[in-house]
Amino acid sequence: MAIDLEKILRPIDSPIPEFPPKLMTLAGGEEMVIRQVGREEIPDLLPHVAPLMHVERDFYNIVASRVYAELLGFYTHRVQDEYVLVAQIDGELAAIVNGRRVSAEVGMSYHTLALRRGLRVGAHAFAAKMEYHIDILKQKEVLIVAESPIGFRRWMIEYKLEKRFDIPHELGGVPSWALTSELYDKARSSLVVGRRPVPEHLLAKAKAGITAPSDPPTPPIDLLAATRSLGDSTATALIEQRNKLGGS
Amino acid sequence: MREVYVAGIGITSFTRLEYPLIEIAAYPALMALRDSSLDKIDHLYVANMGAGRLNHQTGLASAVVDNLSLTPAGADGIENGPASGASAIKQGFLAVASGMHDVVMVIGAEKMREVNNLEATEFVATLTHPLAEYIYGVTLPSLAGMFTRLYMEKYGVTSRHLAMVAVKNHANAMLNPFAHLHEPITIEGILDSPEAATNNPFVADPLRFFDCCPVSDGAACLILTSAEVARKCGRPMVRLAGVGQATDTHAVHDRKDPTELLAVREAARQSFAMAKLKPTDVNVAELHDAFTILEIAESEEVGFFPKGQGHIALEKGLTKLGGQLPINTSGGLKAKGHPVGATGVGQAHEIVQQLRGEADKRQVKNAKIGFTCNFGGFGNNVVCLTFVREN
Repeated sequence: MAIDLEKILRPIDSPIPEFPPKLMTLAGGEEMVIRQVGREEIPDLLPHVAPLMHVERDFYNIVASRVYAELLGFYTHRVQDEYVLVAQIDGELAAIVNGRRVSAEVGMSYHTLALRRGLRVGAHAFAAKMEYHIDILKQKEVLIVAESPIGFRRWMIEYKLEKRFDIPHELGGVPSWALTSELYDKARSSLVVGRRPVPEHLLAKAKAGITAPSDPPTPPIDLLAATRSLGDSTATALIEQRNKLGGS
Repeated sequence: MREVYVAGIGITSFTRLEYPLIEIAAYPALMALRDSSLDKIDHLYVANMGAGRLNHQTGLASAVVDNLSLTPAGADGIENGPASGASAIKQGFLAVASGMHDVVMVIGAEKMREVNNLEATEFVATLTHPLAEYIYGVTLPSLAGMFTRLYMEKYGVTSRHLAMVAVKNHANAMLNPFAHLHEPITIEGILDSPEAATNNPFVADPLRFFDCCPVSDGAACLILTSAEVARKCGRPMVRLAGVGQATDTHAVHDRKDPTELLAVREAARQSFAMAKLKPTDVNVAELHDAFTILEIAESEEVGFFPKGQGHIALEKGLTKLGGQLPINTSGGLKAKGHPVGATGVGQAHEIVQQLRGEADKRQVKNAKIGFTCNFGGFGNNVVCLTFVREN
């Protein structure tokens, strides 16, 4: 008798409610839509994540690499109860957040990847993820870690997260922090924003296609930083040479 | 005194820079040397506020002069809080004007992002009065918040006026490749939308997030020379025509009326008097808008607008690019950034670019006279500079 190995490898997802799309105005005046995407849209996301795996600043490389793997894991049914939310501005991909339902009471936050920097794009997307766990999935707490100092300031400090250091997080087994429903309620009025329903034309625009970020994070190109990596501790020699050559 | 000219300029991006402070200081110096075609100097002044505390680096001027291979030129460090930059320019001016030196390099450099924002705010707070302010937790944002509240009550300035300053300066910064914040913002996004309170939360009521400058790394450089040297350099002749400096009480509460920035008023008066010019002669200005309210208040104290009318001028669009007197075309501290010790030199860099006609998309047409106000402490040590384009 043939064995369908895929049935063994593939976890059975729990039936969980969807994240209802929402809309918010950014400081720059743009309207940003945050919505849940299904597996069918993952191939549209991957090309925009891949370049960030080579951005060696602000931990974009490790975050993007892990997000890429998590998206593949979701797409190929190798993670149980994972979800993915995207933030879009006029169709353009601005952020990706994801996580998974560990149990009826506990959520596991994976990543927040801002492809548009500034204007709290990442912070708004993270807040939507927390809203999903606490308000929609009715979980009691979400386990969180940060890979960058920026993330630490945004999540651990702004939300005043509790330590759950006895629980290894699924991202690298590092000690977890937790957003409890009580902490979320305290943060709700100041950090969690957005309006529903999203006007039909804006939602249609978002669903029509995920377009590339127009100003994604890029690798550092600063001459001095690059020179230091080549072993010139002062870097001025290269600049002087460049000046003599008349370069800009 | 001899006349003093700006023969060379250079600047780094004001942002988070990922290399050591000495290199941050050296980079604009190399640009300025190339700009001026000079390859040696008589003396170096390096303005910096926090190297010893933030970067574990003392003797910065000695380190930089060697890094630049400019020894045996003399080198001094200048620390005067956030007014360090303009103070260093003043020292350079005196050295050339007195005839002691012909070529003086002035660098302002700071690397604040070595520490997080909370530590940076605490570090800057060390310039407050240690017994009357600091020990009670006073920070610069809190002083600015109280100042703003008084200003609102006295002159009718509103949160919308503050937001207008932020929107204007962010728009200017979009045209400045060296600016820290390339984020266009709108009144709707930071004040009117349902999400505005989160996009733009209170920092020190009534000041909100977008009313405050970012914490930046960065450096800028000016080379000051005698007229004879400047002519040989072949760059447009921009003269440092006026220098003024004044002080006020260390503790803000000791001032008879805290809304009166007397040191700004006096420093500007001195600067204009030395230059034999009036505020109405100025074509472009960089004012120390560490907080949006300061652009409005300083625009009045230096004499551009009557006291209590700065926000009205803002409403009328007089201070935007294309207006009667564009202010903070660089984006100002608000959006270009505020690496404290470098800021005064950065302001002068912008004005020299404007007067040379090299400010590209943010160029003020026919700019001949420019002005800077570098505000140390909470207005207790202020340096104002007036620049004139010749030929």
